[in-house]
Amino acid sequence: MRDVVIIGYGQTKFGELWESSFRDIIVEAGIKAIEDANIDGKDLDAIYVGNMSGGLFVGQEHISSLIADYAGLTPLPCTRVEAACASGSLALRSAYLSVASGHHDVVLVGGVEKMTDVVDATSAIATAADQEWEAFFGATFPSLYAMMARRYMYEYGLTIEELSMWSVIAHDHGSRNPYAQFRFKTTVEQVINAPPVAEPLTLMHCSPVSDGAAALIVCDAERAKDFVSRDDMIYIRASTQASDTISLHSRESITTLKAAKVASEKAYKMAGVTPDRIDVAEVHDCFAINGLILLEDLGFCKKGEAGKIVAQERIKIDCEDFLTVNPSGGLKAAGHALGATGIRQVGEIYWQLKGDENCRGRQAPIKHGYGITANVGGSGGTVCVHILSNNRR
Amino acid sequence: MVVRSWRHIKERYCLIGSRCKTCGRIFFPSRNICPYCRRRGELEEYKLSGRGKVYTYSVVHVPPKEFERMVPYVIAIVELEEGPRITAQIDCKPEEVYIGMPVEVVFRRIKEDGEDGIIHYGYKFKPVNY
Ligand SMILES: [Zn+2]
Repeated sequence: MRDVVIIGYGQTKFGELWESSFRDIIVEAGIKAIEDANIDGKDLDAIYVGNMSGGLFVGQEHISSLIADYAGLTPLPCTRVEAACASGSLALRSAYLSVASGHHDVVLVGGVEKMTDVVDATSAIATAADQEWEAFFGATFPSLYAMMARRYMYEYGLTIEELSMWSVIAHDHGSRNPYAQFRFKTTVEQVINAPPVAEPLTLMHCSPVSDGAAALIVCDAERAKDFVSRDDMIYIRASTQASDTISLHSRESITTLKAAKVASEKAYKMAGVTPDRIDVAEVHDCFAINGLILLEDLGFCKKGEAGKIVAQERIKIDCEDFLTVNPSGGLKAAGHALGATGIRQVGEIYWQLKGDENCRGRQAPIKHGYGITANVGGSGGTVCVHILSNNRR
Repeated sequence: MVVRSWRHIKERYCLIGSRCKTCGRIFFPSRNICPYCRRRGELEEYKLSGRGKVYTYSVVHVPPKEFERMVPYVIAIVELEEGPRITAQIDCKPEEVYIGMPVEVVFRRIKEDGEDGIIHYGYKFKPVNY
């Protein structure tokens, strides 16, 4: 397998982008990535796109053709990849494998979702769960994570205040990110007193409904020298994926994501690093409880300890005794445009490890040069992990 | 949508799951392959008692369209006494539910399809001695 690097990244702002269409936003992100990588459209060999449900959200399938068309990149092969909210990082993994294997040299990989065009987003999002055995009976997507939170509180004594600190920190980080959907700060009281969505979760424990697109250029490490300097290449040291049951109720434990454990253990092995060498992480906090669970499942602390670490604000950018978690604001504050999220997470780590000017005001301290992303589909039925590094080793 | 509902009548009305003759594990909803024994497994129909305990729960305030008239309602994962866990509503007030609450199955109207007007029935659970 060849070394694969990221040489460019671009994204739209995430949020309610009423003036832009589905095709506008993915083209905007793609052009920014191409410009950032200093390549030309003719250098590309293929396109991969992560998208959860163009069909339900904008009534459009066959978006692979649509995107190649509107990006002016036909007849390049374009492939759409779907795994609910993990679609983006699965597209990246597909692109990674195609370059590592030697089949392609330069690939554009995007993620996109346009969610604010539909009225009943709750029903559309619920298709990430088991339609016949969860959603049929009235389980909403937030209620699945709410049931994880309730059980976690029961098993480990997590308090609602500790859980709410996750959102407080997310908004603090998001306030420093010009691309974030929410740029206001919040308090524990405001989080707890927000309108209830699925108890014990309030609106302020939930990521928002967002429009957004993000795109990366991945490239063979040798070929990349044609386009950018060494300092502008970030290595993909691991790309892993695992699955689990689609229904939450079928799992032995609902206070851990087994697929996250399996995928991250594989990723550390593939990258040849241990969790203590990771400087910065972007984890999938579609709901605050998932942020806590992922800190544990990725090996950064023991089971049941994440609530205390978050309450002590040790995951904040400015705190040096733990790794920095979600400097972008995460899904909670930066926004969660489903299919775009996995790409946006990796894009943030790419910026962070480069010390890019886009991180001004929210640069994490980089000591060892490693960053990780964990992107979750559904209630944990798919998890995809990437480890990036700024050193050549 | 009608055919899709018929297909699940046995499971949703009679709580019939499956049991693997090889390892003895019980599954609900039923499966065609035992994930533990795979090709060595052999599955048979198995009727569940419908008694269990609340394993976890939430109170839903923001529902999908078809459930709008029921808000707020209690959704839970129930651990059946035979082992499998299932997702269902608990027919009780939001303030009454707790983890460990003994419950038993009841058959109820679940929802009405807005567009074609089909009424869907299935299981809910109610507190025991209620
Ligand atoms: Zn078996």
